[in-house]
Amino acid sequence: MSLVTEFSATPLPPRENRLLAALPLVVILAVAYLAVPLLANEYLIEAILLPFLALSLAGLGLNLLTGYAGQVSLGSAAFMAVGAFAAFNFDLRLGLPLPASMLLAAVAAAAIGLVFGLPSLRLRGFYLAVSTLAAQFFVQWALNKFGWFSNGSASGIIAAPAIGIAGLPLSGPVGRYLFALVTVTAITFLLHRIVNGPQGVNLIAVRDNETAARVIGVPVLRTKLFAFALSSAIIGIAGVIWAFAYLRTVEPAGFNLDRSFQILFIVIIGGLATIRGAFLGAGLIVVFPLVLSRLTGLFFDGVADPGTIELLERIALGTVIILFLIAEPSGLSAILSRLKRRLAAPRAG
Amino acid sequence: MDWFTFLFAVEVAIGGLLSGVMYALVAIGFVLIYKTSGVLNFAQGAMVLFAALTFVSLTEMGLPFAGALVLTLLAMTLLGITVERAVLRPLANRSPMTLFMATLGLSYILEGLAQLLWGTQVHRLDLGISNDPFEVAGIFISTFDLVAAAIAGAMVAVLTAFFRFTRTGLAFRAVADDQFAALAVGLRLDRIWIAVWTAAGVVALVAGLLWGARLGVQFSLSLVVLKALPVLVLGGFDSVLGAIVAGLLIGATEKLAEVYLGPFVGGGIEGWFAYAVALVVLLVRPSGLFGQKLVERF
Amino acid sequence: MTSALLRAHPAAHPVRDRTEAQALPKGETRAATGAVLALEAVSLGFGGIKALTAVSLDVKAGEIRAVIGPNGAGKSSLINVISGLYQADAGEIRFGAQRFRAVPPQRLAVLGVARTFQNLALFPALTVAENILSGLVFQRRSGVLGHLLSLPAARREQARQNGQVRKVAERLHLTAALDRKVGTLPYGLQKRVELARALVAEPRLLLLDEPMAGMTATEKAEMAGFVRQARDASGLSVILIEHDIGVVMGLSDHIAVLDHGVKIADGTPDQVRRDPEVIRAYLGAEAA
Ligand SMILES: Nc1ncnc2c1ncn2[C@@H]1O[C@H](COP(=O)(O)OP(=O)(O)OP(=O)(O)O)[C@@H](O)[C@H]1O
Ligand SMILES: [Mg+2]
Repeated sequence: MSLVTEFSATPLPPRENRLLAALPLVVILAVAYLAVPLLANEYLIEAILLPFLALSLAGLGLNLLTGYAGQVSLGSAAFMAVGAFAAFNFDLRLGLPLPASMLLAAVAAAAIGLVFGLPSLRLRGFYLAVSTLAAQFFVQWALNKFGWFSNGSASGIIAAPAIGIAGLPLSGPVGRYLFALVTVTAITFLLHRIVNGPQGVNLIAVRDNETAARVIGVPVLRTKLFAFALSSAIIGIAGVIWAFAYLRTVEPAGFNLDRSFQILFIVIIGGLATIRGAFLGAGLIVVFPLVLSRLTGLFFDGVADPGTIELLERIALGTVIILFLIAEPSGLSAILSRLKRRLAAPRAG
Repeated sequence: MDWFTFLFAVEVAIGGLLSGVMYALVAIGFVLIYKTSGVLNFAQGAMVLFAALTFVSLTEMGLPFAGALVLTLLAMTLLGITVERAVLRPLANRSPMTLFMATLGLSYILEGLAQLLWGTQVHRLDLGISNDPFEVAGIFISTFDLVAAAIAGAMVAVLTAFFRFTRTGLAFRAVADDQFAALAVGLRLDRIWIAVWTAAGVVALVAGLLWGARLGVQFSLSLVVLKALPVLVLGGFDSVLGAIVAGLLIGATEKLAEVYLGPFVGGGIEGWFAYAVALVVLLVRPSGLFGQKLVERF
Repeated sequence: MTSALLRAHPAAHPVRDRTEAQALPKGETRAATGAVLALEAVSLGFGGIKALTAVSLDVKAGEIRAVIGPNGAGKSSLINVISGLYQADAGEIRFGAQRFRAVPPQRLAVLGVARTFQNLALFPALTVAENILSGLVFQRRSGVLGHLLSLPAARREQARQNGQVRKVAERLHLTAALDRKVGTLPYGLQKRVELARALVAEPRLLLLDEPMAGMTATEKAEMAGFVRQARDASGLSVILIEHDIGVVMGLSDHIAVLDHGVKIADGTPDQVRRDPEVIRAYLGAEAA
């Protein structure tokens, strides 16, 4: 049943000079922290970078659960919703500063993730995958039904407050971008440490061979629940960024099953059990519809209405998923590794 | 409880059982494919939409009922062949989870394609079955639901007979029991898969017509998959009987809960109640009510 | 010593006293004292199949006990019952003074029992070092936070466990492969990694289910050497399932023979070799 064993055939990187290996990361961070705030226009930030950051983070969270721990979840969007609505309420009712409400929102998402992770202790494979849908439908229902969550607004719509940290207003596009960027960078760093540390061994052991893991004394149940809780917390924070930095007005219906699948697709396209896969996948998922609508605009010369474009997008997305599963099950991450090796090869002689 | 509230409860339960038959009908499409290839076909709901939309559009173009039916069946066969060629064959020997993801992609393609071809508006579908309820001993029963249940029942009977008595049906069963052995005795897996997917397409068509006549043929038809999934896990992925029993069980408890529990929590619980029921049962029986127990060897 | 599990039987001189074992009538069980493992009339069935029928067995400290028998005799089932993956329908399993009807598999490592599987059960996506390290996870005290914050205790523990991994890798000639993904290794090496993972926590009892299956003669000899060396070094007890009679005769102190779930013989290699019932059941089946 393991989805990942057949996906993770990525060969080991050669143990090169560490500084040289870190170079691309340094460049990326420099561009993200310096070039973008100085040079990027509003469209790039609002329409591409903010959803990209939020979805990358959600992808990271799901990748921890599905890629590393091997537990397929079809209800990720529910935890984004929990994060968004929890932060909204912590802000509204307790008047906490943004980082505090965000942290508490993560805790709330983790707690609910823990509850919906309990079936994983007993169920496996498709039985578990289907049961994760319960989170999706229950959370969406609860947020719609109980007006308290949205402070009584119609159809559960909430408008996020203008954000700021320690008196510093961050409500402009660049401010919100930097807020999202710092959050995503910090969590990525933490997650990287976790999956490459001792806990990473537990996660992958449980995924690769649960029975063997159990008899050699890996705490299987604890590891699974840890994965559910941490994954939900990260996805919850992604929800906070989605609601507070990107859209600023959200409703429960925005965190529907399609959103959950979108996150799952990000992970598959990007590459399971890799950190950068979440970013690559999110990049493709965000840019893909924009490119597609430009292209259809070109080909059909304005004949195609938005509805048709949406359908075409659906078809194309489905096709891309199947193509990746067939041709590159290790995702964009593996393609990138291959490219890097090809580029490095001539230099190595 | 007085007599009338009791009658009312019975009426609710019967209504629930009848819609449960419809859930079971969709779930059976899943079971067919799961049993023979171990694939949980998420696209079953999209197939329901695709079939119903194709049928209804053909009749709207002026084709008679029978003609539209034959053409739709043809389309579903074509779909079966395409899926085998383009998805199943390249993914042979890959993990069941990978195949599941592929069917997720397939459902996106089918939903998009169906609406691109036939439009996104709601189509009315009239199968000529009366919608008036009739009364038995003080209980009102929907005629349509009853006829629909009868059709579903007939469908199950035909499928069962097919599996029991025809060569192809026996081949299905052989493959379901042991793929390698089936290969070894010379069964052509590719043909069997095409046949199974086509059969699942036929089941989807029947389900699509019955659901479509009730709700109108539109995108939301493909969401019946979400109704069928808890039925499926409750019954066990590989059991037709399980799908039927679980369908009835979920249909009845869901309606009863909606009526008697709903008011206390603000209603609208049908979206998740079935999942809750399924989860509770799964905690006791992790392979569903009738599913084959996973035998692990070490 | 780091391992709390070594307390029990520090047998400096592995038990070689065959006369004592010979004195026992065949099949009789001994008092729990002195036995690292004792099975008492363990039975196990799958539907109609009787995989084990009232099997009793005890294993002394420092003993290598082979379990042989034709295919389907119930050898793997025996190990699976001992490690708690299957639950006996009747009978009792004792580790030292602890008695179980059903062994909790998640506590196996704490009980000082380690095992390998007939079909490899490694973690293919992890490196050799990480696979071996996973055998020490149950001893870990520091948690995720300790690691994230790089607390001194966590760092010390990691260094210590890495040292244990390197030591065992050296003993089994795996040092060169430590950083390779296990999934990319040839089969024989993978079997060896699994042995290393079982040995790293220095268990009291080692259960080996066909550790040499599918190996060349040289590889088998090497593997047998590793097993003997481990026993001699720490006095652990071994239950060894193996089809290669030559290996079994050379390596084991005692041999139990299973046939159709019934223990038909139990004794020294010489005794078993001469046992007419064994010759009939085992070699008869082999010849067929
Ligand atoms: N999980 C299981 N479910 C059903 N039957 C089983 C299971 N495990 C083992 N059996 C049956 O129990 C009997 C003993 O099997 P076991 O695997 O213990 O034999 P073995 O001696 O290890 O054989 P081999 O030498 O082939 O490994 C066999 O008939 C086998 O089919
Ligand atoms: Mg065996």
